[in-house]
Amino acid sequence: MPVELYRIDDRLIHGQVVVGWGQPLDIKLIVMVDDEVACCDWEQDLYRMGVPPEMELRFADVATAVQQHPVYAKDPRHSIVLTSNVATMHALLKGVGNVGHVNVGGLHHRPGRAQKLRYVFLSPDEERELRDLIAAGVKVTAQDVPAARPVPMEEVLGVSGDAAKSA
Amino acid sequence: MTSSALPARRAIVAGHGSFPQGIVSAVEQISGYGSVFVPLSNSGLSGEDIEGQIRDRSAELGIKVFFTDLPAGSATIAVRRIMRDTPGVVLVTGANLATLLEFVFSTDEDAGDAARHAADKGKSAVTVHGGS
Repeated sequence: MPVELYRIDDRLIHGQVVVGWGQPLDIKLIVMVDDEVACCDWEQDLYRMGVPPEMELRFADVATAVQQHPVYAKDPRHSIVLTSNVATMHALLKGVGNVGHVNVGGLHHRPGRAQKLRYVFLSPDEERELRDLIAAGVKVTAQDVPAARPVPMEEVLGVSGDAAKSA
Repeated sequence: MTSSALPARRAIVAGHGSFPQGIVSAVEQISGYGSVFVPLSNSGLSGEDIEGQIRDRSAELGIKVFFTDLPAGSATIAVRRIMRDTPGVVLVTGANLATLLEFVFSTDEDAGDAARHAADKGKSAVTVHGGS
C-alpha cells in the first residue's frame, strides 16, 4: 500500500501526528527519517513511548530510507513517512523520486525563519528546497490537521500578509 | 483546608491548546487552589521551545512534578527529555480534573506518591453510563 502521508513536522511524534492524522488515516506504521535519531537508541525509546502499541514506529537515516522506500510502499498497513525538517524530506525525495504529495505540518519559529502561516516558519534555504520539490512536480501543501484547509505551498510562498498567517 | 494548609509542592500542567489554562481554571473554581499548578501550552512552539519553557519554569519555581494531557504529546516528550538529566522528576500523562484535584488535596509527603495516587484517582473517574 502506498505511503499515505509524507509529512514535515519539527515535533516529529506528537498529538497531531499520532492522533490527529493517525486515527482518521488508520495509521499503523510511522517511519521516522532522521539521521540523528536513527543512531541514538535513547531517542528512539523516547519516541516509541509516544505511540500506541498497535502502531509500529521505525527509524531510518536518509540513505537507509531511500533504500528501504520500496519496502515501506509495499507494506500492507497505512503509513506515514515523517521528517523534522525540509532538508531531510528534500534529500529523501531526491533519492526516492515518484512521490506525489508532501504535507508541511509544522515548522515553528527559530532564528533565521520567517512566518508564513500560523504553524509554518521558513528560512530562505527551506523556501528554496520547497520550490525545488514543487518544480519537480511534487504537490506541497501546508496542513497541520486533517480538518484544516490544505494550503498550496505556492500560495504560502507567494503571500506574506496577515491573511496567510491566520490560515 | 485553609490556604496555609496547602502542600508546599507545586506542579506544571503542560499540554495542547488551552487545555492547561482551562483545567487549572477548573481546579481554581472547585477548590480555590488553582495556584498549585503552573499551566504551560505547547501552542505555536517547536519541540525544542516547549522543552525550553518547561525547563525554565520548573527550574525557576523548583517544580519536579508534571502533568500532561496526552501520552503521545509534545509536552510529554519534552518532560521525558528533562527526566533524562533531572533526578526526582515525576510525570503523569493523561491527566484529568480528578487527577489534579486529588493532587491538590494529597496528604502524601512524597511527591511521587502524591502523583501516583492522583493518577489512580483520575483513572477511576473515567466511567461510562448508558449505551447499548
